[in-house]
Amino acid sequence: MKILVVTEQRDGQWNRASFETLTAAQQAARATGASITAVVAGKSVGSLAKELAAYKVAEVLAIEHDLLEKYTPDGYTLALKQVITEARPDFIFFPHTYQVRDFAPKLAASLGRGMIADCVGLRYENGHLVFVRQMFQGKTAADVIFQGDAPWFASFQAGAFRGDQAETGGSAAPRNVNVDLKPEQIRTKPLELFREAKQAVDLTQAPIIVAIGRGIKEPTNIPLAEKLAQTIGGEIAASRPICDEGWLPMERQIGSSGQTVAPKLYLAIGISGAIQHVVGMKGSRTIVAINKDANAPIFEVADYGIVGDLFEIVPALTEELAKSK
Amino acid sequence: MNIVVCVKQVPAKDAPLAIPEGAAWIRETDIGFELNEPDGYALEEALRLKEKHGGEVVAVSMGPERSKQAIKEALAKGAERGVHISDDKFYELDPLGSARCLAAAIKREKFDLVLTGLQSDDHGFGQTGVLLAELLGLPHATIIMQIDAADGRLKLKRELEAGWFQWVELPLPAVLSIQSGINKPRYATLKGIMAAKKKEIATLTRAELGVTVSPTQRIERIYVPKKTKKTEILTGTAKEAAAKLVEKLKHEARVL
Ligand SMILES: Cc1cc2nc3c(=O)[nH]c(=O)nc-3n(C[C@H](O)[C@H](O)[C@H](O)COP(=O)(O)OP(=O)(O)OC[C@H]3O[C@@H](n4cnc5c(N)ncnc54)[C@H](O)[C@@H]3O)c2cc1C
Ligand SMILES: Cc1cc2nc3c(=O)[nH]c(=O)nc-3n(C[C@H](O)[C@H](O)[C@H](O)COP(=O)(O)OP(=O)(O)OC[C@H]3O[C@@H](n4cnc5c(N)ncnc54)[C@H](O)[C@@H]3O)c2cc1C
Repeated sequence: MKILVVTEQRDGQWNRASFETLTAAQQAARATGASITAVVAGKSVGSLAKELAAYKVAEVLAIEHDLLEKYTPDGYTLALKQVITEARPDFIFFPHTYQVRDFAPKLAASLGRGMIADCVGLRYENGHLVFVRQMFQGKTAADVIFQGDAPWFASFQAGAFRGDQAETGGSAAPRNVNVDLKPEQIRTKPLELFREAKQAVDLTQAPIIVAIGRGIKEPTNIPLAEKLAQTIGGEIAASRPICDEGWLPMERQIGSSGQTVAPKLYLAIGISGAIQHVVGMKGSRTIVAINKDANAPIFEVADYGIVGDLFEIVPALTEELAKSK
Repeated sequence: MNIVVCVKQVPAKDAPLAIPEGAAWIRETDIGFELNEPDGYALEEALRLKEKHGGEVVAVSMGPERSKQAIKEALAKGAERGVHISDDKFYELDPLGSARCLAAAIKREKFDLVLTGLQSDDHGFGQTGVLLAELLGLPHATIIMQIDAADGRLKLKRELEAGWFQWVELPLPAVLSIQSGINKPRYATLKGIMAAKKKEIATLTRAELGVTVSPTQRIERIYVPKKTKKTEILTGTAKEAAAKLVEKLKHEARVL
């Protein structure tokens, strides 16, 4: 059995989630006795391939092509399809990055296969791998298994495995594989990468963050949280829907598409704890969650929790804080 | 510009999720359903493109009878027609099988653009748009935050991680997965709701579409995940819980 791990880089910089997926693959390999082939694609990826070869894998493949310098779904699909057809892996593992979600399902479908996306765990049971993923935005988990013929495609959520636990000690010499790509096969034209105008607030430096989510219900309720933030000496921040609505500027959004913060205190108020939010704040030293739903996934990362109506708890908390000064 | 927009009906956000022992889906009795929130953004984008460039918007939804409500909502907001793929054997479908059914229905339409939401709030595989592109043989782009259409081409703003964006260009026809927050979805007006009653919803079955599926994956069971972290829950009245929290933050966590 063979597992192909597809890593990700941009302009010679790793997406660190690649190593989390390597850890997942090593775990699967230990259980099943599979061998691991790691692959990196780009224009010139020789040094990255050498770095990969330091890990405990049986084989490292470097796919180099001018047309892979900038990511396109067509380029990556066509290149990896050729590699998969040649290498014949049973499983293909990816980190569940924005780039992978853009092309991996297409790659699988181009081979008539399916993909279990965004897995948070795996285990070996009754002779096969069981993949665990979230449903209902983390409120439930699901055990999913593959059916039909290999190859089987799976991607792993950021943070589900520890990249620093990927085992080193490999001795494979990277091997270059040639792929056949023509400019006319690539239908999308990638243009420049950019960030929005310079941010006025730097939430990464804030020692205390008071973050609100959709539980706040109306923009007219935001002063309630702002008053708490003032009293506790913190910055106000939010989950994505609040910024999507324009109730707070996007620079105050915490999560995978916003800021990643690690303050000493993070208060999550009326936030359910979807993974895309949690990846942006789980490094906080102390996390407090206020939510009316005792089963909200945010309590999975919280140190302290109050289950109840934020419209009662937030004013009470503001008052207690003011008293204790 | 003729646009097909895929809309899915999902359990309401605040629906209590009851899971029968060993089941792969929740108990549907006594819960509400709603339009998958990201699809509301895709629908709004379709309506705006139509208003700017002309053409029609067709809303396609696959699901049991109840999912027609998602189509009706789209019609009330301004879509011209609806297509309901009716199927009572969803448990046989995986993302690829679902996409095959949707693609077969979309192929019957004359379209320039197919829009989907980025991800559903229930199964959330986040694959359907990309799969449709492959099955329809079209270029695609995902996580879209802005669409500029001119001369048969699209210029698109894609969201990347950590506050980065990228412009990409592609030719029509194409498939796009729309990211939440791209626009401010409109509300249906009373007039729109009345007008929707006269609009056509065609119904197609999997057999009529001629799609046979052999699942590539199966959900064995769903369950409430086991908590691994010990969260200290502070109880009492709002005032009591708040006082306890301040005490803990000061003297235990020492962050105040
Ligand atoms: C590609 C992608 C990128 C994304 N990027 C981000 C990102 O960067 N940041 C981000 O935050 N999200 C992001 N999301 C969205 C994310 O998946 C969730 O949809 C979002 O985080 C949910 O926000 P929320 O918790 O505020 O809302 P909901 O999930 O609706 O939760 C609201 C919570 O409020 C509680 N509540 C309601 N009323 C009360 C009350 N009176 N008192 C107390 N509690 C109450 C409810 O119990 C619920 O738990 C992204 C999604 C995708 C697909
Ligand atoms: C009652 C029920 C039970 C089901 N049980 C299972 C099961 O046990 N196992 C299983 O694998 N699948 C099951 N399915 C099908 C499952 O929901 C499909 O896998 C789904 O269509 C594909 O992906 P997703 O929901 O993850 O959508 P995503 O790929 O996350 O959705 C992205 C976008 O695609 C579009 N889209 C997705 N689905 C539809 C749709 N049905 N109609 C219109 N547009 C759509 C929307 O625009 C959506 O925003 C079930 C479906 C139903 C209704």
